[in-house]
Amino acid sequence: MTSGRSALPYWLATPGVLMTLAFVAVPLVIMLSLSLYPFIPGVGVGEHLTIANYAEMARDEYFHVIFARTFGMAALVTVICIAIGVPEAYVLSRLSERWRAVSIVIVLGPMLISVVVRTLGWAILLGNEGVINKLLLASGLVTEPVKMMFTFTGVVIALVHVLVPFMVLAVWASLQKLDGATEQAAESLGAGLWTVLRRIVFPQVIPGVLSGGLIVFALAASAFATPAIIGGRRLKVVPTTIYDEFLGNLNWPLGAALAVVLVVIVLAVSISANRLVERRYKQVFL
Amino acid sequence: MKRTHPVLMVFHWLFAAFMLAPLVMVALVSFTDKGYIAMPFDGASWRWYIAILKEDEFVNAFYRSVVLGATAATLATLLAVPAGMAIAWHRFPGREVILGLLLSPLMVPHVVLGIALLRFFTQLGASGTMWGLTAAHTVLVLPYVLRLVVAAATGFDRTVAHAAESLGASSWTVFRRVELPLIVPGVAGGWLIAFINSFDELTMSIFVASAGTQTLPVKMYNHIANTIDPLLASISTVLIVLTLVLMMVLDRFYGLDRVLAGKQ
Repeated sequence: MTSGRSALPYWLATPGVLMTLAFVAVPLVIMLSLSLYPFIPGVGVGEHLTIANYAEMARDEYFHVIFARTFGMAALVTVICIAIGVPEAYVLSRLSERWRAVSIVIVLGPMLISVVVRTLGWAILLGNEGVINKLLLASGLVTEPVKMMFTFTGVVIALVHVLVPFMVLAVWASLQKLDGATEQAAESLGAGLWTVLRRIVFPQVIPGVLSGGLIVFALAASAFATPAIIGGRRLKVVPTTIYDEFLGNLNWPLGAALAVVLVVIVLAVSISANRLVERRYKQVFL
Repeated sequence: MKRTHPVLMVFHWLFAAFMLAPLVMVALVSFTDKGYIAMPFDGASWRWYIAILKEDEFVNAFYRSVVLGATAATLATLLAVPAGMAIAWHRFPGREVILGLLLSPLMVPHVVLGIALLRFFTQLGASGTMWGLTAAHTVLVLPYVLRLVVAAATGFDRTVAHAAESLGASSWTVFRRVELPLIVPGVAGGWLIAFINSFDELTMSIFVASAGTQTLPVKMYNHIANTIDPLLASISTVLIVLTLVLMMVLDRFYGLDRVLAGKQ
């Protein structure tokens, strides 16, 4: 490890820093300022600073519904990902070498496949003529197709599929630090499977659940392709509304204001969740 | 061998089925001989694979995405290797700030980056150009390379480099003969994961690309927004197979689990 007053590390980092400043930081500042200008139909962006776009969002019921839906959806997706991702990571950590290799390809491999491809798969599965409905009808459980395309439920199912690998990975990482002897000790003292999971394993993987949950929540709230394809026009969320404002209505200032509020809410939720969990489970973060 | 409760094993295979279901479905539908989305059991054919070859726009978008992904991954690697070495091997004022800045594209939702860049490029008079798309993809995938480079460089014993220096090697020779070979697996894994992320990127590209510079995901999305037909399924199946091949390459290079851990 080298320390001191050498300028070398700065020279090494400069090209990357300049690129990131030019193509991330500067555009974000420009977007923030764009949200403070009025939109004049037929003309474009007006000239005088205003908070009209934010006022419109605060006033209009239409945007309240969209924000509530987006964050309700993100919260539900996060809860489901925790509920199924944590046990899956646990099983993954206990599989034999060979089965684990196969399972990693199946469970985590889809992360490398385009979201458009995976969402297309769900669109085919969930349609009124889709496989799930054919099976349900054939089994006699329902008499007419259950509507899943263009519904909240459909978007949640597809988003869980897209995002649950992030949860499995995060929890798996913290399981690898776990000492297997504690589980065996609990088992030998007569604890059942459920008790071992609830009292021994779960508290120790809280940091993994937290970081996985924050990633899933942020990605679910800002997901575009899945809500756009499965939810469609009738089930708008904030990212699809931004898309419509930008490329449909050409109201760029309002779209920029929506984006600013989206980022602020995601950040606020992440920071407060972090504080809350760290206070509640102080001992595992030490 | 640790014993895993049978209930958990059942859960595991249900979970695996859930993860595979949409992909298997896409692959099945792609073999139909009908003109609409249908199962191939009452008539299978290669019809929709042959159809891809006649779709110039999809073929062009595919090549464009490959070139864009390779260019962005290469540029990102050229930027991330020196920055990663600085961060892993030196302690200097502002180190945390620089690391945070370089990783920041991971934290910003792609839809937000997309509209910010659309406004930015429009003001520069460069909206919808290929170079704009390349610059945007480069900063977007830079964090993936950076993290693997930092991980590879941190786990490496600096006394080897010091030994070379004390034997009279110049810093360039030390870099070329000692340091670089040791971080090459990290760099190679980083390049591939950067390529995959650029190739798959949809949400930002939708705003940055124009009709003439549509990437494959953008082209597919615009097609799905109008109609879902078996052509999309056959294109998707080709992508699934290509991804499987890449996964095997990644596994050989670097260990799939380690690369996937860098995907977050």
